Amino acid sequence: MAAEPTGPEVEQLRLRERLAKLRGMRLLGGVGVAGELAKLERQIERISAEPSADEVWHSVELARHEDRPYTLDYVERMCDDFVELRGDRTFEDNRAIVAGLARFRGRTVALVGHQKGRTLEERYERSFGMPYPEGYRKAMRVMELADRHGFPLMTLVDTPGAYPGVRAEQHGQGGWIARCQLAMAGLGVPSVACVIGEGGSGGAVAIAVADRVLMQENAIYSVISPEGCAAILWRDASEAKKAAAAFKPDARHCLELGVIDGIVPEPEGGAHADHDAAATLLAEGLELALHEVEDEDPAVRRSDRRARFRALGVFTG
Amino acid sequence: MEERIEAVIEDRREPKDDGGAKHPNTCPGCGSHYRDDELEATLRVCPQCGHHFPVRARERIAQLADGGTFAEADADLRSADPLGFFDLKAYTERLAQAEMATGLGDALVAGSAAIERRACELAVMDFAFMGGSMGSAVGEKLARACERAAERRVPLVAVTASGGARMQEGILSLMQMPKTVVSVDLLREARAPFVVVMSHPTTAGVLASFASLGDVIVAEPGALIAFTGPRVVQQTTREKLPDDFGLAESNLRFGHVDAIVRRADLRPYLGRLLALFVDGRDGR
Repeated sequence: MAAEPTGPEVEQLRLRERLAKLRGMRLLGGVGVAGELAKLERQIERISAEPSADEVWHSVELARHEDRPYTLDYVERMCDDFVELRGDRTFEDNRAIVAGLARFRGRTVALVGHQKGRTLEERYERSFGMPYPEGYRKAMRVMELADRHGFPLMTLVDTPGAYPGVRAEQHGQGGWIARCQLAMAGLGVPSVACVIGEGGSGGAVAIAVADRVLMQENAIYSVISPEGCAAILWRDASEAKKAAAAFKPDARHCLELGVIDGIVPEPEGGAHADHDAAATLLAEGLELALHEVEDEDPAVRRSDRRARFRALGVFTG
Repeated sequence: MEERIEAVIEDRREPKDDGGAKHPNTCPGCGSHYRDDELEATLRVCPQCGHHFPVRARERIAQLADGGTFAEADADLRSADPLGFFDLKAYTERLAQAEMATGLGDALVAGSAAIERRACELAVMDFAFMGGSMGSAVGEKLARACERAAERRVPLVAVTASGGARMQEGILSLMQMPKTVVSVDLLREARAPFVVVMSHPTTAGVLASFASLGDVIVAEPGALIAFTGPRVVQQTTREKLPDDFGLAESNLRFGHVDAIVRRADLRPYLGRLLALFVDGRDGR
């Protein structure tokens, strides 16, 4: 009988398998990246435990951490080349969304992501990562381009929500969010989305109708901000922590509910602690997810994608 | 008995929603007051000023469908409580109360019908059931309505009235947006027509999903149609809002709806539209 293969790599895979069995959970990325076994083990223990209310709130804080990497921080680290494409070809270039063509691990991909600002000036210019309809139109134009040329689509989700303003409404905010989802639903090329920070409501889901949807370990994905939920249901915005514990916007709960397909680990302490390591882990997760869907026939992929979203919800009767 | 007492205390702790609100049959437009049977006879439109009062789902179906043609589907479908959600009250209790108050299983009633002798699927929302919010039951019923329409290759007519996603179902309520969107994608693939009637209010998650994807979108006069409502826009941006912010009339002006149709004209309008879609199919 041949000896079973050993070594840290195999050990890591075993741990991963054990975890998947333990919690019906898929973990993406991490192998051979984060380094030694003990570190990965700790990471796995951390992700596999049931999150407490405090941990959920910690995720909310980390997801909004001002040093957390944004889309362009990742693009810079994950991609060998990136050519930004700007403008919606109708009215303007909304800076809350960035889009372009990138070379990612040997292939050309189309990339679309929300972009927050770092400096006060940039935050204002990018309207705090809250897109106007023009941003979604730009996203759609690049998605269509990807489909036409056969480039896989990667989207990075990081927004408090779509911009809540007069001009955004006049330009059809609701309608463009709907049409952007429809555009993603109809793509023949493979797509993968990852929530890298705040997945805020309709403004987030607009670019997250992908074959595979991932979340970083400390990202949040929610129907409303904890403060908004608290203001409406508790009639007190300061009850945000209570609200977050009730509606569970953290990655582990999203995975349990079937909303996402996998969790991308972050470096210890969170993505803000080590941008390079966070980017390597994210790239790994995106590539694995892309690999799962890229060999499929386009028509099958589209119908699988439809089935994936069609199945979401919990009801009786 | 203990449970009963607790429920009463719970209710008292909760501030009243209707602080100083007018009677539902008092017209907010001109202050005229009507008996319920008077409003029913005018399709719930104020004869004095033309204000369109909200219409409950079953009454809307009676207004639009040819007599005796509506056959409800999925009447037993109910939202579950995936998060065990509890704010000031348990979500399961809110659902039970809404069902008691409205006689509906959730905020959408769907089924097959004929409008002016044209077969269709009809999906009508009811704002009285938790603000017409979209949770798993609403999403599933809408998805099934799309599938039935695609299967039968008949038009789907949807009448919307919604405050948005149902927060008590957390992220799963947000997921009803892409769920209904992919269902419309299926409808489009089957080339089944989709007509949306936006009534007051059609906002947030419903506006930003299936409601905006109609082949034809019409609005009722004065309906609020906005992704973000005026109060939140005002609070967040401190912008000065135009007087007609988000109203149907402003949406028509900015190109987001095809027409504003008065309620008295709605049924014949839909009849004409369905006839054009169905009779002219494939160049016949």
